This record gives sequence, C-alpha cells and structure tokens, in this order.
Amino acid sequence: MHELAITQSMLDLVLEQAEKAGAKEVGKINLVIGEMTGVVDECVQFYFDFLSKGTSAEGAALSFTKVPTTARCRGCDKAFELKEFDWACPYCQGNDMEIVAGKELFVESIEVE
Amino acid sequence: MEIKVVKDILGANEQIAERNRQLLDSKGVLAVNLMSSPGAGKTSLILETIKRLKGKTRLGIIEGDVSSSLDAEVISKEGVPVVQINTGGGCHLDANMTHSALGNVPLQDIELLLIENVGNLICPAEFALGEHKKVLISSIPEGDDKPFKYPSMFHKADVVLINKIDLLPYLKFNTDAFSQAIKGINERAEIFPISCATGQGIEKWVSWLLTQMSKRQS
Repeated sequence: MHELAITQSMLDLVLEQAEKAGAKEVGKINLVIGEMTGVVDECVQFYFDFLSKGTSAEGAALSFTKVPTTARCRGCDKAFELKEFDWACPYCQGNDMEIVAGKELFVESIEVE
Repeated sequence: MEIKVVKDILGANEQIAERNRQLLDSKGVLAVNLMSSPGAGKTSLILETIKRLKGKTRLGIIEGDVSSSLDAEVISKEGVPVVQINTGGGCHLDANMTHSALGNVPLQDIELLLIENVGNLICPAEFALGEHKKVLISSIPEGDDKPFKYPSMFHKADVVLINKIDLLPYLKFNTDAFSQAIKGINERAEIFPISCATGQGIEKWVSWLLTQMSKRQS
C-alpha cells in the first residue's frame, strides 16, 4: 500500500527533473529498488499508470533494477546475500552483521525527448 | 536524451521530516515514533507511559489512525494534549501529515512527544516523520518469527519492546530466539520485555525515555 505514496513521490521527482531539462516527454524511468524496502514493482506500475495520466510522463516505461539484500558479517568480514529466514553468516554462522545493500529506493535516470 | 537523476524517491519526505526535527529541537522536545502491527499495544503503552511520567515530564501525543478518534478520546481523558491524524485509508504517517499535526501540538508546553503510527509492520518503516527515536512494539501473540518476516521494520528500530509477556506461559514464543534474531538484523536495538497489562518491565522503558531526554538536554 505504501507504493501509492512512493509512486507519487517518484512521479513528482521525475516531472521536476524533466521540466528542468525542458523536456516535452518522458520516455523511460530507470528505478533502483532494494529488496528490503518491500516495494512491489507491479504495484508501482499500477499506480504510475493512474497517476501519470495527463502529465509529460504518461506512457513512460518503467525499468526496475532490484538490489538484493546484502549483509557484511562483522565476525569474518565477508559479504553475502541474505535470504528469507536465513539471517546468519553462511561462512561463520555468526549473526552480527550490517546491511550493506538492499535499502535503495531512488530514480537513477530518466530518458526524455 | 538520458538525464542522470540519482535522487531518493522519498527525498521530499526526508526534507520535511528534517524540518519537523528542527522545529522539535528548537522547542526542546524529544519525539518518539511508536510503530507496531495493529493490536500490539501502542495505545496501552502510551497510557502506561503517561501514568508513570505524570508529574515527572510534560507529554504530548499524536495519534495516527486510518479512521476514528477512539484512541485520542481515551488518551485525552488522562489530561494530556493529544492531536488526532486520520490518514483516511493511508497505511502510514508521513512527514507532511506530522508537520500539519505539529501545528496543533502545544510544543512550548511539552518535553516529550509520543507519535502513535498507524498499525502496520511494513510501510511506516520507510517514512521518516522527524522523530528522534523509532520504537517498535512486537507482542507475544504475533509470534517469534516477525524479525525475519518484516526485517526492514526491525532494522530501523532503536528500541524493540516485547509486549504481553504475561501471556508467555500460554503461548509458544521463544524470547531468546526472538531477541537473537533482532540483534542479527539490528545490533544496536535495545530490547525490553514488557507487559502493559501487569506493568512488568514498564519502568525500564520509562527510564530509557527519561535517559534519552536528559541526554538531549545536556
């Protein structure tokens, strides 16, 4: 459900950038979304189609680059991808770790005309 | 033509949250964002906290709910200023809603602001309000697997309160495994087992609050 607010913020950001560049139309929006944010691509697409109507981003393609949740073990210093129900270091079985990737939620670039 | 953007989608929310924090700082108010699933005990915790802090510190409450002002009515009976936010279907509070609510909170008269977020274990994690501390209430009946299922929420919490520990004899809940899972996701989280029904452990939570307030004032 938070995808509605996230999509609205994303659209605001895209339109602001497109206007700054003097663009007439936004053709593509490249998004980077970490798995840990729990943001569902299909939901973003659904809300985007609705919210972008009548704006210069209407009909723009959305590209999603998903970043897996990655942790670094403070015990053995190795980095690894975290899987559900597996919050332990696969190398030393420790669970003192920091999340180093997977929290991303940003607009990487837009393609405009 | 491709335009590099590399900007946080929730950047606008973050900016408003930062302004809220500055406003709270200028008034010397510590703000705590209380998050949990529905029914974990946010309102009960607020009532218990008010009971113990009356006369020791001046509190204000922001109540976030999808609809109704039931919780705000219960709290206002305690003689504490309370402002209701109805999100009208929205599943979380955001910085902008909080900003509007802050306009109605007598900030000059309070030192501690408890913000009760909408009951939800997913969305509130992503939206900063301008709070100084995030507190997550997780209750025994919800099960001890929640840190794995909702890692983002547990990852961001400064404090995790394990509520309803009076039910431990009746339910299968491994407190050690639960605490270990939280520490795995978020090493710095402080964990307090509590029961709003019996009052067990509440003193520790309240003294944590008072410590945070004195840290900020010094």
